[in-house]
Amino acid sequence: MSDPSVPVVPQGVEELDIIGVRNGAFGAVDGGDTSGFGGLVDPIVLPAPAQRPFGGWFDEVSDELELALQAHGLPVTEAIEKVVIHRDEITYHVRREHLVAFTTLLRDEPGLRFEMCLGVNGVHYPGEEGRELHAVYHFLSITHNRRVRVEVSMPDGDAVIPSIVAVYPTCDWHERETWDFFGIVFEGHPALTRIMMPDDWPGHPQRKDYPLGGIPVEFNGGTIPPPDQRRSYN
Amino acid sequence: MSTDNVTFTSAESSDSYAGSYDTTEGRVYSVSGGDWDTISGAPEGEQDRIVVNMGPQHPSTHGVLRLILEIDGETVTEARAGIGYLHTGIEKNMEFRSWVQGVTFVTRMDYLTPMFNETAYCLAIEKALDVTDQIPERASVIRVMMMELNRISSHLVALATGGMELGALTAMEFGFRERELVLDIFEMVSGLRMNSAYVRPGGVAQDLPADGEQKIRDTIPLLRKRLKDTADLLVDNAIWMGRTVDVGYLDLAGCMALGITGPVLRATGLPHDLRKTQPYCGYENYEFDVITKTSADVYGRFLIRIEEMEQSLRIVEQALDKLVPGPVMIEDKKIAWPAQLSIGSDGQGNSPEHIKEIMSESMEALIHHFKLVTEGFRVPAGQIYSAVESPKGELGCHIVSSGGTRPYRVHFRDPSFTNLQSVAVMSEGSMISDVIAAVASIDPVMGGVDR
Repeated sequence: MSDPSVPVVPQGVEELDIIGVRNGAFGAVDGGDTSGFGGLVDPIVLPAPAQRPFGGWFDEVSDELELALQAHGLPVTEAIEKVVIHRDEITYHVRREHLVAFTTLLRDEPGLRFEMCLGVNGVHYPGEEGRELHAVYHFLSITHNRRVRVEVSMPDGDAVIPSIVAVYPTCDWHERETWDFFGIVFEGHPALTRIMMPDDWPGHPQRKDYPLGGIPVEFNGGTIPPPDQRRSYN
Repeated sequence: MSTDNVTFTSAESSDSYAGSYDTTEGRVYSVSGGDWDTISGAPEGEQDRIVVNMGPQHPSTHGVLRLILEIDGETVTEARAGIGYLHTGIEKNMEFRSWVQGVTFVTRMDYLTPMFNETAYCLAIEKALDVTDQIPERASVIRVMMMELNRISSHLVALATGGMELGALTAMEFGFRERELVLDIFEMVSGLRMNSAYVRPGGVAQDLPADGEQKIRDTIPLLRKRLKDTADLLVDNAIWMGRTVDVGYLDLAGCMALGITGPVLRATGLPHDLRKTQPYCGYENYEFDVITKTSADVYGRFLIRIEEMEQSLRIVEQALDKLVPGPVMIEDKKIAWPAQLSIGSDGQGNSPEHIKEIMSESMEALIHHFKLVTEGFRVPAGQIYSAVESPKGELGCHIVSSGGTRPYRVHFRDPSFTNLQSVAVMSEGSMISDVIAAVASIDPVMGGVDR
């Protein structure tokens, strides 16, 4: 038996961001998998966190951010969970309690000056325990011609994050949309009501546990099931 | 109860709103109104508060947009926009279709700018696949050409519907007539006037037809002449200026705070255009000007649209010159759509050569076709944000992949959605008629707003 005091993951090795597991060659759940790869177990891993140096202007922005955070008495590691760089796009995973301070710095610091927020969008990872819901923000700096992404994660049972409408008023409708579709509560939003769905709609349709719905379509003598019940190859 | 027993009680006949009396012809009812004071029951001190719902079915609201206006006489004291009446769940539906099938969904979002929706989506997929630099030159040139033609048709609808809403019906007729020229090109190239699903991951669905290049070349002079006619009709028109100058004011600070992009932002004097600042599809190789005005009003946005159409024609001409023969789909057979389209006796479908190959010549080709069409290609896990400068502003596409053959999540940051938030700040304190002008200058398309 392994000694519980010895960590299973050696020092310096980042934990993988696993959001799910795929089985078989096609991910089909109905019918047999005759490909010979039916026993395949394939974890779905999101891009791993990046280590310094990030390269390009990413270091510049990160330095500015760290200095600004420290100047406001916020240790960097406390505010920023991790940094992911994928396909030349940088993502700061920010802890939710520091989101407002973080975005205020993004907007105000001369070296950052992300004047424009392009809204918030939710992503639901039911397989990522304790961090099921993510809110993803995109920012554009017209001054420096740069883009960054900020991601905040929260558990499903406590889907509350602070609103940044006071910092970026454009997020008003975006946060309402994210509340409507994912059930993420933006604390401090001036009027967090549904925006797309009717006011009395039950549930939050973009969540993964919300069914797509639909009816079978009869065409040319055959019947085609609704899209979420067709055979899929994911 | 038999009918001859029916009698009218005195209470009914003395109804103050629906009285009745007997004549030799029978009983006559007269329905008259009452005094609001006696029937409305409005609370004290609130008699003057009037809230008007404009829309969601109203000819001046660009589709199913609902404007909730609190008015004091003719003055709007509070304006709110209600949206969601055209929500179709496109983003959710895309999670149940392959990456390629998604193109047919996004093209229907902002139905006046299908090429931009498709390009933003395909650029995101290509970036996620890390094949951006493998897209053939000819495909990029065709994309640019189609997008710029689309910009003209979208701006023409903005002018046409905006003109109609302000009473300039000739502008509407001109606008829709000229748009037809562009739609004819779309039909010739993609087979469809709207919702064309022409731009595909890896390139475009089909090469231009043999005489396509020449037909586009022939259309440009006519389009240029007619665009000038439309401009002449309105640019110095005293009535038009009376309705638009200094109306719907929104300055740079307001635009930044509200995330406004596109002509509304450029009307404040900021030359922000993603085609220049963050070029995609090879826009850095084209010569064109970013049009700005400093009036920050409806008239300025109108002038920007007029002049941008001229710049788009410039780009289309350059694109035509850049067209060199070559593939229009990526080399990589694991991504490239295997079939080509042609027109048969039963309509548009896969070309006979391709059908012959997969059905009677090569079993491997059939397997390949089947796998790619039904299963699709896999996109590495991760997330991508790609943005294009649509006629309305920054059109962003955020895709999340879990490494599968279907999108894990697709979200479009539609410029109309964000820009509509400025209705309140543009129209509060103005006349009701100016609300119409302000909304028209934002040019929202509800298909894109609600998705």
